[in-house]
Amino acid sequence: MSLKAIALGLLVTSALAGAAVAQDKIKIGVSIPAATHGFMGGLNWHAAEAEKRLEAAHPNIDIIIVTADGPADQASDLEDLVSVHQIQALVVLPFESEPLTEPVRAVKQTGAFITVVDRGLTDETIQDVYVSGNNTEMGVNSAEYMKTRLGDGDNIVILRGIPTVLDTERFDAFMGAIEGTGINVLDNKFANWNRDDGFEVMQDFLSRFPDIKGVWAQDDDITLGVVEAIKQAGRESEMFVVGGAGMKEIVKGVMDGNALVPVDVLYPPAQIATAMDVTVAHFTSNGPVGGTYILGSPLITQENAAQFYFPDSPF
Amino acid sequence: MSVSAHEAAKPSKGFRIDLKTAGPLLALILLVVLGYSLNPAFLNEGNITNILTRSAFIGIIAVGATFVITAGGIDLSVGSMAAFIAGVMIIIMNGAVGAMGASVWTVLLGIGCSLILGIGAGFINGFLTTKAKIEAFIVTLGTMGIYRSLVTYFADGGTLSLNNAAREIYRPVYYDSFLRIPFPVWVFIFVAILGWVLMNRTAFGRYCMAIGSNEHVARYSAIKVDRVRTATYILQGLCVSLATIIYVPRLGSASSATGVLWELEAIAAVIIGGTMLKGGFGRIGGTVIGALILTSIGNILNLTEIISNYLNGAVQGVIIIAAVYLQRGSLRGRRKKAD
Repeated sequence: MSLKAIALGLLVTSALAGAAVAQDKIKIGVSIPAATHGFMGGLNWHAAEAEKRLEAAHPNIDIIIVTADGPADQASDLEDLVSVHQIQALVVLPFESEPLTEPVRAVKQTGAFITVVDRGLTDETIQDVYVSGNNTEMGVNSAEYMKTRLGDGDNIVILRGIPTVLDTERFDAFMGAIEGTGINVLDNKFANWNRDDGFEVMQDFLSRFPDIKGVWAQDDDITLGVVEAIKQAGRESEMFVVGGAGMKEIVKGVMDGNALVPVDVLYPPAQIATAMDVTVAHFTSNGPVGGTYILGSPLITQENAAQFYFPDSPF
Repeated sequence: MSVSAHEAAKPSKGFRIDLKTAGPLLALILLVVLGYSLNPAFLNEGNITNILTRSAFIGIIAVGATFVITAGGIDLSVGSMAAFIAGVMIIIMNGAVGAMGASVWTVLLGIGCSLILGIGAGFINGFLTTKAKIEAFIVTLGTMGIYRSLVTYFADGGTLSLNNAAREIYRPVYYDSFLRIPFPVWVFIFVAILGWVLMNRTAFGRYCMAIGSNEHVARYSAIKVDRVRTATYILQGLCVSLATIIYVPRLGSASSATGVLWELEAIAAVIIGGTMLKGGFGRIGGTVIGALILTSIGNILNLTEIISNYLNGAVQGVIIIAAVYLQRGSLRGRRKKAD
């Protein structure tokens, strides 16, 4: 009980002190999922880097990053950002679209500027700015590369992510783009954006199909598992793998001319930094910043790989 | 309670063993037939090897879990523990490569650390359960969260990757084989045999069953309940450590996605194999079959196009329930006989 009282006292004092010191600071809350897998780890890193950079460049900006383990946790984070920190703007990557729509609307009603990242809300009128990678383009660009290497009658297999709208968008775009080329999709299976599953699913594909020319692994974590399975079977020379996201190990391999994974397709974890930049610009720019910012999903090749390589990022 | 106490008092022998083995074994045979009829590639030597090697991770962990569950406990932390041990092993080996270069010693150092960590982690679970008298479910739920966050923290939210030179030395532990059987499968066989002997031919195994069926009676029978219980958790930790030692060379990495849900798979393998979740009766042979069943289901689903990808989880659920039902069927027969 006494411990609780002390904690409460400390909290109140520090909140008051903070408020007194930072009276005229603009507070921006950033609510993102915790670093529970590679891509989110990268996203967390880029968020922290952007915080350092923006706070150094704009002394009147105070950025508060909070990470959540699930949708319910994230809803609580949003309440805290409003009640404890009294934020003037929110950058949010919703864990799930539906459950977080109302909590974000509640933040909006306090008058805050809202930037939504990647996974959208079900009501788009809440957001002032929307920043996202491009799932459709990711699928299309992967397919376009396949088309440069393969033709009529060539066999490929596909390893998908987790059954979500995001995965379906990528998959449908890819299938649409290879339609009519005669490239033959032997099968597609979920590998859950995970190396171990990538390894096992690919092992099974390899024992099932004697002739595979290309693999669309869609994700770099899956790609690493796929590569091990192909090496185990000693079939490196028969096929190539196209992943996605821009993991540093894969990008490094592309730079170095890896024949098995010759390219990668970007789905930038750095998009959180873009979202934070745009949100800060709302307070510092003399032009309007509202609207939708869809980042490209370019093909990463040996020529341009250097600009997508972040050796310090965990992803 | 009284039924399981009854069973524990009479170690099953001869024909009874066959009867109880029949359920899970029958399920596995049905699964093999199903797999072959869906795709003849199922029985290729390569595919069989893949299934056995994959089963090794869950199987080895599940052998440990059989002891914990038989003694009336539960360990939810094994998946996170595996990820944590894998992460620390990689950090230590990478450090050793920096200090003294990549050699067999680097790998042996990693393996040694894994064993110490596994035994230590098991001891902590056992100590908190028995001495601090906290429910095993809560203790291991807590350690599960701790290990999972620690590995995420060590990896900075990304992935810990083993140094390439060390990896080349370590790689054969997963990928090479002896007498055409891969090393992980040998480890699995070895652990399963040792587990079987320990469970069925030693006082320790009998104590586990006695404690699981009635702790008070076991205490009055001068069994050192706390010590045996703690030993089961240490054994579990050791099994997790062994599984991790053969897991790390596979992909040479650990991340917060490593070992997710392994605890549930291990518990499922134990239960499919005929061990009772409430304790008092353990079957190592059944656990091995349970692990094979679980891995085969995933493999078969990958070998066929008939079932929608979205229904994989449902198919797995149905097969798991059916396997346990087959096994319960033979149990019910025995109970009637006992009445």
